[in-house]
Parts: sequence; structure tokens; C-alpha cells
Amino acid sequence: MNATERADGSHPRSVPPGAADVRTPRRRKGSPRRHLTPRRTATRTGQYAALLGYLAFLAFPLLWLLSTAFKPPRELGSLHPTWIPEAPTLDNFRQAFAQQPLAAAAGNSLLAAAVSALLAILLATPMAYVLARVRNRLSRAATGWVVISQAFPLVLVIIPLFLILKGLHLVDSRIGLIMVYVVWSLPFALWMLTGYVRAVPRELEEAAAMDGAGRLRTLVSVTAPLLAPGIVATALFAFITAWNEFFFALVLLKSPEKQTLPVVLTHFLGAEGVADLGPLAASALLATLPSLLLFAVIQRRITGGMLAGAVKS
Amino acid sequence: MTLATAPRRPTAPVAGRATRPRRDLGAWFLVLPALLPILVLSVGPLLYGIGLSFTDAQSGRTQATRFVGLLNFSDLFQDSLFWDSFRIGLIWAFGVTVPQFLLALGLALLLHLDLRLRWLARALAIIPWAMPEVVVGIMWRLVYHPDAGILNETLRDLGLSGTGDGRDWLSGLATALPAVIVVGVWAGMPQTTVTLLAGLQNVPIELHEAASMDGAGAWRRFRTVTWPALRPIALAVTALNFIWNFNSFALVFVLTDGGPGGRTRLPMLFAYEEAFRYGQFGYAATMGLAMVAVISVLLALYLVGRLKGDDDR
Repeated sequence: MNATERADGSHPRSVPPGAADVRTPRRRKGSPRRHLTPRRTATRTGQYAALLGYLAFLAFPLLWLLSTAFKPPRELGSLHPTWIPEAPTLDNFRQAFAQQPLAAAAGNSLLAAAVSALLAILLATPMAYVLARVRNRLSRAATGWVVISQAFPLVLVIIPLFLILKGLHLVDSRIGLIMVYVVWSLPFALWMLTGYVRAVPRELEEAAAMDGAGRLRTLVSVTAPLLAPGIVATALFAFITAWNEFFFALVLLKSPEKQTLPVVLTHFLGAEGVADLGPLAASALLATLPSLLLFAVIQRRITGGMLAGAVKS
Repeated sequence: MTLATAPRRPTAPVAGRATRPRRDLGAWFLVLPALLPILVLSVGPLLYGIGLSFTDAQSGRTQATRFVGLLNFSDLFQDSLFWDSFRIGLIWAFGVTVPQFLLALGLALLLHLDLRLRWLARALAIIPWAMPEVVVGIMWRLVYHPDAGILNETLRDLGLSGTGDGRDWLSGLATALPAVIVVGVWAGMPQTTVTLLAGLQNVPIELHEAASMDGAGAWRRFRTVTWPALRPIALAVTALNFIWNFNSFALVFVLTDGGPGGRTRLPMLFAYEEAFRYGQFGYAATMGLAMVAVISVLLALYLVGRLKGDDDR
């Protein structure tokens, strides 16, 4: 019941006014010129109310997914669902694996995401280096393409892609899907990596060259170590996008044993009775964990890289 | 400025003149591995797709595909179902992009303040960004579920269930589109927030202090200091969000699959069905082209209008 009340707490009006009062002294420390006029306290309270509203909006579907995943069928069928499961169970997870080939699907997703991320990085890093260091018509055209390619509706690309892959006998093939994922993650990878290369001062490379290091040696022992964190972040991001991807997998793969996790998840939706909501929530939760963990690691670097790529090009 | 570039100048031309032919060749070797896949699987399909829209290409047909000129375009022009879908797509894209931006701006401004719970909001803001779209869709289906969903239960607790129990948000003719728009806002807001926040952190703090010394209130400081600095980022973010939203597929596919009665059938869903359910490749490509055309015109108007606004100031 307590939890239900907290859900109501999502309403901005029901913020305890004390919440703001507790914080004000610290704020005063930060900016000594400001005084705690009643008006300022009111502003603070409003700010906390708004923040709590945002927190509630962002959190409540997530909490509900979490809650549903651990509920036994009896509670899922209840007319008055509660936030906290009364008799939490792991049965939904067992059921989920029994109903759909989740483990195999996760394996397919892992393979497609890992291989395509690795290939995308291997292909994109040299090109990004050139785009960052050489300014000519080609590099401008390539950068332009990176931007333009974001604007296509996938449907205009997917039909020809489907026909091309069909001609190569790569429809309903893991290799075909991986090829598409590689090309699909290249624009973003190029964008990020070009930003990271620009952040490596050219002077460092020139100094190494003056010391007699060859071009390759300069790249390997000076540039590469400085780029490594950016490369890792970009690779992980490519992995996450491929892991999460749905549209290409839906169109390009037909055999059930090749399908990736997001496509298999939608199979739960077919004949969705109330009792099946538990396994659905449980498998959705499991499918999210890898992306979430990796994203938590790289988030700061990704936002930084996106802006770096944007500011300088 | 001159000092910083001066040391670079003398070395570059000398080294460049001696090694230019070789270096250019080296650059090609670095660029080709990424350029070839982009040409074959991204530029190529796009041109191919444009070509397809002038043909009667169908899936699994034995006759040769014929060039039909503008027939698809005149068909499309009279296809009221498609234009209904297009209208829904525009409502969806505006309905998601505008609140997404305003809410994200509000949250970014709050997160920029020194508030308690800021870490929690930041953490929560990452999660929807990392989640697979399919999972976001599944999660909100659980929230909207007529019997087992938390939304109806919360409304009942608040005494707002005037419409009767068990309202099915996603299958109601009037509620389906607003319901999926809320999900779109939820899913896209975090990324926009993080980008805007990064932009806010680049606003020089001295300007703010100077403005508040001059007695400028919060609103005035926002208008004269924060907004001008944030404007380019805001412009880019809203333009990209609009494109992404207009082209989005997985979220609505999972939530409603275009139903009820086509009320949420976005153009992408429409074209997908045309191509992969009915096999009309040529016609679906024409739809894709129409989408690109309208989006390009809208974006051009938006960007030109905004940039002009910049000059006037």
C-alpha cells in the first residue's frame, strides 16, 4: 500500500515542502550572494516538484515491468494489481525459457551484435582517421553522406537491400544480417571516431615523426593508445544498437532458429493472455540487461563524442 | 591563433610535397575498406530504391520487372489510405518531437541545477535510451493493459475512472494515437535531455553571473544567455528527432501494429505491409520516396526559417 501511495507521489503537488528546505543551506554555500527570501524557497520547491514529476514519469513504466516480471499468475489476473508482488516468484523466468527459444535467440543476437560491432570498428577506424586528418573533396562527401544517411526512411533502403541480398543468397542468413548491421552502424561509428581522432593533437604525431618513427609506427604506438577508449566506446555502442535492432532482423530472417532476441520477444505478443504477461515481462527484462550494463559504462563518452563530432565538422 | 598554427605550417607543406602521391595512395587504402561496403550496401540500395519506384517490381514474380514510368506516383497520389497514414505520421512526428523537446529542455535545466536526487534522474534518463525499442513497447503494453495494467488501477485509485473499468487504451479509436505518442515521448526524451544538458554545460558561467549582477531575472537570463548558446544544438536535435520519429517503426509495430482500424498506422508500417505482406516492392519504394521528399521539404523550410531568424537578431 505504501508503494501505491508513492505512485501518487508522482503528482507534483504532493511533494513534501520539507524536501526543498533541507537542501537550501547547501545552495547558499555555493552562491553566497543569494538570500533565502520566501520567493526563492518557493522557486526551489517548484523545482523539486518538477524534478519529482520527471522521476515518476521516467520510472513508473520501468518499475511496473520489474513488478510484473516477479508476479505469480494469480496476482497478474487480479482485478486490483499492486505495485509490489505479494508472493514474488522466479517462475516467470522459467516459463519464459520454456515458451520461447530465448537462449538460442540470445545467442543469435550476441553473435550478430559482436561480429558486426567488431567489423564496423575495423572498417571505420582507418577511414575516420583519414576523414579527420585529410581535408579534400572525398572526405567532405563522406561526411555529408554520414549525415544524409540518417534521414532515409529504412523502407526505401530495405527493399533494394532485400533484393540485393536475395541475389547473393544471403536472405535468411546470419551473414547477410551481419553485413547489413555493419553498414548500418558505419555512419555513427565514423561520426564518433572522427571526433575522437580530431581530439588527438596532430603535433604528437608530428613529434613522433621527427623522432624518426615511421607512419605506421606513429599510428600504432602514438595514436592508437590515445584512441583506444573512444574505439571501445564506439564498439560497445555499435554492439548495443545491433543487439536492440528489430526491423532488419524482422525482414531479413525467416527461419525461427536464426531469429534474434527482439523478434522472438514479439512472438510472446501473439496470443497474449493475462497469465502470459509474467513470462513476457521476465524475458523483456532479461533482453534489456546487456544493453543497460554496457550503456552505463559508455554513456558519458558517447554524449561527449557526439558533440565533438558535431562541433568540428 | 597565429601562434598556435604557426609551427604546423612549415612542416606540413614540406612533408606533404615530398610524400603527397604516396600519402594519397595510403589514404585510399585506409578509406576503401569502409567505403566499399557503404557504396554497395548503402548508396547503391538508395539509388536502386529510387529506380524501383518507377517499376512494377513485385516479390516472387516470374515475369520480368517492367519500367512503368510515373504510374506508381499517380497511383500513390490517389491512394487515400496512404495519405491517411501520412497524416497520422505527421501528427505522430510533431506530437512526439515537440513535447519531447520541451520536456527534455525542462529536465536538462533542472539537472543543470544543484538539486538533490539529480544522480537518480540522470541514471533514469539513461535507461530508455539503452533499452531495445521492442522492450519499450512491451513494457508500455503492460502499463496500458486494460485489466492487469497499472494505468487503469492508478486512475481507479484516484477516482478518475469515470469511463468505467477496463479501458483499453491501445485499442480505443480515440485513445490509441495519443497513447502511442506518450510512449514515443518517453522513449526519446532521455537522449534529447542528455544532449541539451551537454550543451548547457558549455554555456560560459561568467555570462550568467554577469547577467545576474546586472539584475536579470531567471527568465531574462535564460532568454539572453542560455538560449542563444543552446540554439544550434536545439535546432539540430529537433530536426534529427523529427526525422527519426517520422521514420520510426518498431515501437508502434509492437504497441498496436497500426491498429485499431489504422489509427496508428505510421507510413513506415504502411510501406512495410505493402512491401513484405503484399509484395508490392515498386509501389512501396514509391512511398519511401514520397516520405523522403516531404520530409526534406519540411526540414528545409524549418532550417532555413530558423537560420534566417538567427540573422535577424
